[in-house]
Amino acid sequence: MSGANDPYDPKQVAALSADALDAAVAAAVEAFGAAGDLAGLAAVRPAHLGDRAPVLLARRELGALPPAARSDAGKRVNAARVAVTAAYEQRLAELEAERDARVLAEERVDVTLPWDRVPRGARHPLTTLTERIADVFVGMGYEVAEGPELEAEWLNFDALNIGRDHPARTMMDTFFVAPEDSGLVLRTHTSPVQARTMLSRTPPIYVVAPGRVYRTDELDATHTPVFHQVEGLAVDRGLTMAHLRGTLDHLARSLFGADAVTRWRPSYFPFTEPSAEFDVWFPEHRDGPRWVEWGGCGMVNPRVLVACGIDPEEYSGFAFGMGIERALQFRSGVGDMRDIVEGDVRFTSAFGVEL
Amino acid sequence: MRVPIGWLAEYVDIPAGTSVEDLDTAFVRLGLEVEEIHRPEPVTGPLVVGRVLEIEELTGFKKPIRYTQVDVGEGEPRGIVCGARNFAAGDAVVVALPGAVLPGGFAIAARKTYDHVSDGMICSVRELGVGEDHAGILVLGEDAPAPGTPAGPLVGLDDVVIELAVTPDRGYCLAMRGIAREMGTGLGVDWRDPGALDLPGWSGEPAWQVRVEDADRCDRFSMVALEGLDPTAPSPWWMRRRLAQSGVRSISLAVDVTNYVMLELGQPMHAFDRDAVTGPIVVRRARAGERLTTLDGADRALDADDLLITDDTGPIGLAAVMGGASTEIGNGTTSVLLEAAHWEPTGVARTARRHRLPSEAAKRFERGVDPEMTTVALARAAALLAEYGGARVAGSAVDVDTRGPRPVVTLDPARPARVAGVPYGPAQVVEKLTAVGCTVDGEGTLRVTPPSWRPDLTDPADLVEEVVRLSGYDDIPSVLPTAPPGRGLTDAQRRRRAVGRALAEAGYVEAPAYPFVGERALDALGLPSDDERRQVVVVRNPLSEEEPALRTTLLPGLLASLARNLARGQRDLALFEHGAVFPGGRRTPAPLPGVDRRPDDATLAALLGAVPDQPWHVAVALTGSREVRGWWGPGRPAEWADAVEAARRVAAAAGVTLTVRAGDRAPWHPGRCAELLVGDTVVGHAGELHPRVCAALELPARTSVMELDVDALPAAGVPVGPSISAFPPVLLDLAFVVPAEVPAADVEAALREGAGELLESVRLFDVYTGAPVPEGQRSLAYALTLRAPDRTLTGEEAAEVRQRAVALVGERTGATLRA
Repeated sequence: MSGANDPYDPKQVAALSADALDAAVAAAVEAFGAAGDLAGLAAVRPAHLGDRAPVLLARRELGALPPAARSDAGKRVNAARVAVTAAYEQRLAELEAERDARVLAEERVDVTLPWDRVPRGARHPLTTLTERIADVFVGMGYEVAEGPELEAEWLNFDALNIGRDHPARTMMDTFFVAPEDSGLVLRTHTSPVQARTMLSRTPPIYVVAPGRVYRTDELDATHTPVFHQVEGLAVDRGLTMAHLRGTLDHLARSLFGADAVTRWRPSYFPFTEPSAEFDVWFPEHRDGPRWVEWGGCGMVNPRVLVACGIDPEEYSGFAFGMGIERALQFRSGVGDMRDIVEGDVRFTSAFGVEL
Repeated sequence: MRVPIGWLAEYVDIPAGTSVEDLDTAFVRLGLEVEEIHRPEPVTGPLVVGRVLEIEELTGFKKPIRYTQVDVGEGEPRGIVCGARNFAAGDAVVVALPGAVLPGGFAIAARKTYDHVSDGMICSVRELGVGEDHAGILVLGEDAPAPGTPAGPLVGLDDVVIELAVTPDRGYCLAMRGIAREMGTGLGVDWRDPGALDLPGWSGEPAWQVRVEDADRCDRFSMVALEGLDPTAPSPWWMRRRLAQSGVRSISLAVDVTNYVMLELGQPMHAFDRDAVTGPIVVRRARAGERLTTLDGADRALDADDLLITDDTGPIGLAAVMGGASTEIGNGTTSVLLEAAHWEPTGVARTARRHRLPSEAAKRFERGVDPEMTTVALARAAALLAEYGGARVAGSAVDVDTRGPRPVVTLDPARPARVAGVPYGPAQVVEKLTAVGCTVDGEGTLRVTPPSWRPDLTDPADLVEEVVRLSGYDDIPSVLPTAPPGRGLTDAQRRRRAVGRALAEAGYVEAPAYPFVGERALDALGLPSDDERRQVVVVRNPLSEEEPALRTTLLPGLLASLARNLARGQRDLALFEHGAVFPGGRRTPAPLPGVDRRPDDATLAALLGAVPDQPWHVAVALTGSREVRGWWGPGRPAEWADAVEAARRVAAAAGVTLTVRAGDRAPWHPGRCAELLVGDTVVGHAGELHPRVCAALELPARTSVMELDVDALPAAGVPVGPSISAFPPVLLDLAFVVPAEVPAADVEAALREGAGELLESVRLFDVYTGAPVPEGQRSLAYALTLRAPDRTLTGEEAAEVRQRAVALVGERTGATLRA
């Protein structure tokens, strides 16, 4: 190999001649074109684009040229290199396309084959519907309050203005807990959570309380002794029945679509006064648009506020509650209560992980 | 409460053109829930009043048959064959003429029967579809209209009955009187109060000697005596018809009249056979050992809290609830003592509940009866018994009346507007309260005296409800309140959701079960007799005597769900449940403080403390294949390790790390039970069920379960982000030969400790027993990744880590490196 200080020798730069370069390019194009597959192309690549390939060697000789000749020769060498590279890339692209067309086609699989080695599980729709309702309220700034299912009789009844011998108490079909003086019951509604909340917090109070409740009904298509309710309670200055209606309308639209509306019927609950039952109308009902009974509501009875240590002259409150089973039945078209309670995986799996 | 519209129309001027649906809507708007609308089955074709002219008794048939001539207003009488015998010539009856179709599609035609042509049919109550009475044909009273008159309206064929569900605060609506008031107000029409009667001026000796010893529970007791009652006199058809429409069985005139007046005025009454009453009547509490046989034939032991009506012989009636058998009106009773009283509601409720006697009378007294009605009801009943039974009042009425003045409720007239968010003016407030029956006085603050029939109106809030209700709930606007900013879900609430989601995403299906268990379920789990899960909370009135207790573990319910699904043809099952369990044990009773103020802190603490902790558990159960067989190859059976893995997923979802060691606890297989710990605290168990438990519950062998106390998991804390090294790792594989009884967890712990800080991760990739590994030993192969945070590890450093790890594993477990 010539050093930079070698004496000028025209013979040594024969490789820089236009003919030589053209021949090198032509040889490369031919060799690349002759390669039948990617492996063949890879095999001939070093001879034409490797360190010892003619156009690469020619480039090294440039340094030996006098400055006047260097520019011209440089251009020619460069052009030759670009031409060889282009020829290579073109052939590479051709062969890759060929391979893709052939090999990948051979690797084709039936993508419709099932792959359910571990089928997905599901959460019970009572759980997910409860969460969804709670989330509507959390979105409004409410917090989720909780209370025990095995509850103090005083909180389940007395604190809620349901006196010892009040007919409403017998109508609740209560499960009582031994011994007789235990003072405990299986809560008949989620309303004791209202009392617990008011006894432990100071207004303003905005809570929603979902949970499981109990009544001594036999299981049939429309009843279950163990069921779920969601209770809402707001205690603040200046709350009115209009605020209660606004809240229920918002919930109805959140669960049943933008066109859902509610209506009220006067009713009676010892812990609210005035009291109402409310119905919801929504166009997406499975059996066509219609009114369905949904739950009960009212303004917190001032007697309840007093029993829980809240001044009814300063604060007012509203409360409402509804059955989750019932809401699930008419929202998702579940005809038979037994399907909801029996734990059949075919029922629950239909609802997935979120509702 | 069943409301026949025809009866209601007697008191309320229902506008012409008002449909049943209009009335339905009006009731609902008033807060009287319509449970059902009973429409009589239609009768088409000619149905007329007939008068029996002649009766020919036919003989020679299996039963006595009559061939009658009946005037149906056509000039010529019709011949009609009839099998009933409860009528005589001259009686007015209802005749269905040929062409009529009776309820049930029963078409009437002239036909030959018993050798005569029967040209129509004389109808019974049941054939007309207006009652159940089939003992004989319907005989109309002497006031029946002329033969040929259409009989449909007469027998109440057009009368629709609306059945209402009356809430317990509105006892006055358990009578036509209250319904009439409500409907008159609701429709805004004129109405008449059937209770507005002029009392007759009875005079003479008082009907009976009466003493009321418990005025607190009986503030009014009225009686009238009647003589000369014809015990055979039937109740008039219209009364029987209305009783039937109201769901009350007709018994005798005296009983029917008391029931009818109760339905009309709301005042329950009782009729005593006067000749059976001995000595003065005393109203008092029961004494020790006293008994009473009530009208239903039950011999009842009385409680000292029961209020009684007594005479010289002892108890003759359970006050307000049910009369006694010894003074019952019989077939021969001609002298009657009629009683109408006012009883304190809660005492009635206690007695009715104690004796399981939810009678019509008790139901009304519990909900409040108008104390003004006692003498009115007596007068009304006496008049009916006089008209239809020939009875006459003897002497003057008794009226022991110790009522105090009615309480006054003060009301700020702006309050209804403040509660409802609707701008009611003061005039509207007064108008609505007056419509309810209140007396309203005062300028500014109103002094409101609720009417005698509304004992439920005691607080301003009750008056507010009346104003809002009668003004209409539809007027209330919809306004969304602005709650102060909330804090979202608590950590515990998030955790429960995360646990459920994690298990569901891992293939488990949530199966919540009823929390009731019995001894049998706990026995089936093989729980030892001293197991704390046998300490249960017992329900006094369980739905099933087999399952009287609350669960202390989720497993009985979950395994029952598993069994149910298996019975329905499923084979591969992975179920979970999460929910409260109820540990038992002796506790102090929860106090029952008053409700006139907040309980003091000590009482409140005692109250809350008496409610047992109800920890939130999660459990899984699996059987069959965890990974199913498919085109990819065979499935993988569910096993103990899946149950342990489920526990780890739960812990991971909760943000804590579990450690596992061998455990031994029912109902698990003693060799396949993992104890689950967080730190040193046992939080649950997982593994395969004991074979005997599978057998007892008829579950497939190898069924595996996990149960864990979610509430026992510590708070997760804020996770700390690890520093991520970009330097290359050194990968090391180490295979140890370990005595078979050494737990893999111990080997891994020693490996981690020995390797020290440069260990990034370790993974057990193979467990092997068999040659060449000696008997009683096994080979555990681990893949280690070593990495330094700040440099590329040198070969010397890696060798040193390896050496330390191998040494410590050997020292702790007796393991040697596999050659």
